[in-house]
Amino acid sequence: MSQSLVDDPAEAALGLARPVEAGSGPEPGRRMDVRRGLRFAVRRPGLLLSVVVLVLVVLASFWPGLFTSQDPLKSVPSQNFRGPSGSHWFGTDELGRDVFSRVVHGAQLSLKATLIAVLVAFVVGGLLGLVAGFVGRWVDDVLMRFVDVLLSIPALFMSLALVTALGYGTVKVAVAVGIASVAAFARVARAEVLRVRQAVFVEASRASGARWYSVLGRHVLPNAAGPVIVLATLDFGSSILAVSALSFLGYGAPPPAPEWGTLISDGRNYLANAWWLTALPGLAIAATVLATNRIARALDGEWSRQP
Amino acid sequence: MRRYVIKRLAQAVGVLWAAYTVSFLVLNWLPGDPVTAMASAGMDSGDVDPARLAALRHEYGFDKPVLVQYADYLGQAVLGDFGGSVATGRPVTSTLADALPQTLQLTGAAILLAVLLGGGLAVLATYTARRWLRQLLLSLPPLGVSVPTFWVGLLLVEMFSFRLHWFPAFGNDGLKGLVLPALTLAVPTGAQIAQVLAKSLLTALDQAYVETARAKGAGRWRVHLRHALRNASLPALTVVGLLVGQLIAGSVVVETVFSRDGLGRVTAAAVTAQDIPVVQGVVAFGALIFVTTNLVIDLIYPLLDPRIVVASDRRAALA
Repeated sequence: MSQSLVDDPAEAALGLARPVEAGSGPEPGRRMDVRRGLRFAVRRPGLLLSVVVLVLVVLASFWPGLFTSQDPLKSVPSQNFRGPSGSHWFGTDELGRDVFSRVVHGAQLSLKATLIAVLVAFVVGGLLGLVAGFVGRWVDDVLMRFVDVLLSIPALFMSLALVTALGYGTVKVAVAVGIASVAAFARVARAEVLRVRQAVFVEASRASGARWYSVLGRHVLPNAAGPVIVLATLDFGSSILAVSALSFLGYGAPPPAPEWGTLISDGRNYLANAWWLTALPGLAIAATVLATNRIARALDGEWSRQP
Repeated sequence: MRRYVIKRLAQAVGVLWAAYTVSFLVLNWLPGDPVTAMASAGMDSGDVDPARLAALRHEYGFDKPVLVQYADYLGQAVLGDFGGSVATGRPVTSTLADALPQTLQLTGAAILLAVLLGGGLAVLATYTARRWLRQLLLSLPPLGVSVPTFWVGLLLVEMFSFRLHWFPAFGNDGLKGLVLPALTLAVPTGAQIAQVLAKSLLTALDQAYVETARAKGAGRWRVHLRHALRNASLPALTVVGLLVGQLIAGSVVVETVFSRDGLGRVTAAAVTAQDIPVVQGVVAFGALIFVTTNLVIDLIYPLLDPRIVVASDRRAALA
C-alpha cells in the first residue's frame, strides 16, 4: 500500500521503535546483569505489577486449583445473583455458579487460544518475512504484495471470514485470529532480515565461504529475532482482545465452557441487576492485556535505553 | 503529480482485486463444504437432503471447476453484484446498502470523537507544563488500547442507561442513541491516535524550526499549534487511514453490544448462518473502504508536504 516516505509513519503506527544493534558492546558480567535488572524493575512499579499479574494469570491457566477450590460448572440455584462477597469474590451468576472460579478456569481456554493465535502469526508471518527478506528479488515482491493485500482486509473481517469457513470452537477462533495478524509479523521480520543481511559480519561470513543456510542460522536469524519477539509480546495483548471479542460474539467454545468473552456475553443479559457478571470478568481481560502491553513496551527499547 | 495519482490509483485497484481473491479462496477453498454448511445452517449437519444439496450446488455454481466459479463471481462482483444471501434470499448488495447508512453514522461519529478526544489529549499532554497532568494524560492511551471494546460498551450502558437514565441502552433512535456506541467505538481508535500524535508532537517540538519560530517571538500556543502540530499531524493522518478499516470492523462488536441495526449486525448474522455470499460481500466492502481511505490520504499528503511528490517523481524518473 504505502510507499517509501509514507512507510515511516506507518511503522510508527505499529509502535515499534527501531531496534538496537543486537549483541553490541561487551557482554556484562552475570552479577552486573542481576543488579541492573533489579534496579530496572524497582524504578518501574507498574512493570513489576504487570509481571506479577501475568505470572498469576499463567499460574491460573495451568493450576486453577491454586486460586479457587470451587467448581466452575457447579450451579447452586439457591445462591444465584449474589453480589461479590468474601465467599464469592466475583459474586455468582444466574445459576448460582461462582464467577471468580469461572474466570480462573476460563484463563486456561482464553490463554490457550491466545498462545495458538500468536504462534500461528509468529510462525507464518515470520517465515513469509524471512523468505522475502533473505531470497529477495521477485520472491520478495510477490510475498510482500500478498502481505499488503492481507493488510487491506480489516483484521476482524478476516477472522470472521475464516470462522465462517472453518466453523466455531476455541482452536478455530485462535487460528482465525492468528492468520489475521500474519501481515504485521511478515513486515517486521522482513525489515529485520534486510537490515541484518547488509551488516558487515554477514558479508564477512559470506566472503569466507559460509553456505547460505549457515549464514541464515548463525547470523541472520539470531540477530533478526529480537524485534519479531517484541512484536509477539505486543501481539499477545491484541490477540487476547480479538479472541475474547470473537467468543463474545458467540464463535468460541460452546457453553457452559467459561471462556472470558463468553462470560461477559452471558452477563450482558443481566446488566441491569447484576453488574458484576460483566464488569469483573472484563476487568480480568483488561488487566491481563494491560500487563502484557506494559511488558512488551519494556522489552521494546526501555531496557536498552536505560543508563 | 499526475503520474503519482495514476500510480496510486492502479495500486488501489490491484489491491482490491487481490483482496477479493484472497477472501474468495478463504471462503470457498477451506475444508468446510460451503453448501453443506449453508443447507445445514441452524441444524445438525449430516441429515441434509442430497437432492437439496445438489440443487444448491448448481444454483451457486459449486458444481463447476473452482477457476470457472472464481471468474463468474469476479465478473459479477466488478459490476457490484455479489449474488444472493443464502439465509434471506435477498441480493447481497442491497442487504449491505440498506445497512450501511446506520454504520456510516456510527463510524463517522466515532472517528470524529476519536480525533477530537485523542488529538486533544495529545496536544494538551505535550503543551502542559505540569508534570503530573502530563503523566496522567499520557497514561490514558495505553489503558484505552488494553480494554475490550465490548466491555467498555457494556459498562457505559450499565452506568449511563441503567443507573443515570441519560441515554437509551439499545436501538438506533436518533442522536441520543448514537452517543454511547460512538464513544465505545472511539475509545481504542482515539487512544491510538493520541499515542502516535503525542510521540510525533514531542519530536516536532525538538526541531530547529520550532526554535526559530520561538526566537521570532511567536507565542507558546501559536508555536504548538501552527508550527509543531501541522508537521506532527502527518503520522497521525496515516494512522487514521489504517484505523478506518478497524472502525468499520469494530461496528460488528459495538452494534451487537447496543443491538443497533447496521452492517455489523448483518455481518454477525451472516457469520452465524454461514451465509458465504454476504460474508464475502462484507469483506470486499471492508477492503474497499480501507483502500479508498488510504488512497484519499495518500493524495492529501502532497498538499500537506510537497516533498512527497517530488521524491516519488524522482524515483519514477530513476526507475
